[in-house]
Amino acid sequence: MIAGFTVAQVIVTCVAGLLCTVLGLARRRPNDLTLGALVVVEVLLLAQLVIALISPALGNQPHGSVPLFYVYLISALLIPPLAVFWGLIERTRWSTVVLGVAAFAIAVMVVRMQQIWTP
Amino acid sequence: MSGAQNTETPEAASGAAPARRPGAGVGRVLVAVYAILALAATGRSVFQIIDRFGEAPVAFLLSALAGVIYIVATIALGARLRTLALVTISIELVGVLVVGTLSLVAPALLGLHSLDPFGRDSTVWSAFGAGYLLVPLVLPVLGLLYLRSGSARGSARGATGQAKA
Repeated sequence: MIAGFTVAQVIVTCVAGLLCTVLGLARRRPNDLTLGALVVVEVLLLAQLVIALISPALGNQPHGSVPLFYVYLISALLIPPLAVFWGLIERTRWSTVVLGVAAFAIAVMVVRMQQIWTP
Repeated sequence: MSGAQNTETPEAASGAAPARRPGAGVGRVLVAVYAILALAATGRSVFQIIDRFGEAPVAFLLSALAGVIYIVATIALGARLRTLALVTISIELVGVLVVGTLSLVAPALLGLHSLDPFGRDSTVWSAFGAGYLLVPLVLPVLGLLYLRSGSARGSARGATGQAKA
């Protein structure tokens, strides 16, 4: 992993989480903005996957358990599609809050992934 | 507000979601948080058991048990199975309190080698769930409060009413 990218990713993911939570509590149903925020979160996770796959070949070796790292990464990758699917079938403001909760969970998981990767 | 027992949310009162029971929506967020915790607890325990079961079998079996209970609780809340939700959430609360206390007072009893909540052999309930931002401690309380609230009972009424009839 690249520390700078991870920091940027965590910040963006937390902003997405905050945006969705606030808009959900403000009674907005899932819309292009909130669903799009989760798409951005997913794209950043896919970028993280590419970085994780390429890094060892460039000398950036993971320090901790590699299988554990990928358990976190693959679990995280599954969350935004599930949350967006939920937001599309259940059109209530609480689904927007669920989008936010999903983003915050991913932020925590990315921090854990960075801890596993670095000594 | 027409009466003392009117606890409808403005959304329901305005007719925006007439088919939806008041407050049922908050329960959906609870289901989502439970689903994420179920994923976290199960993922961790499966990894611990496959990778290093011999190191702390008691702690890892507790991890697995917690994972299963979170999965059942998620389904029970989602499917509005009130009794099952009540039982599983109560087990969670007892589990996090007992295991949390034991992990701090007598870690050897659980076969724990360190108190680090992010450590190799910690469980979702170790140190009251500190490794999961104390969510495992707060969530059962929120779950029980939700089940106590009129909204949860309201949404479960259909199922229990059928049973009585």
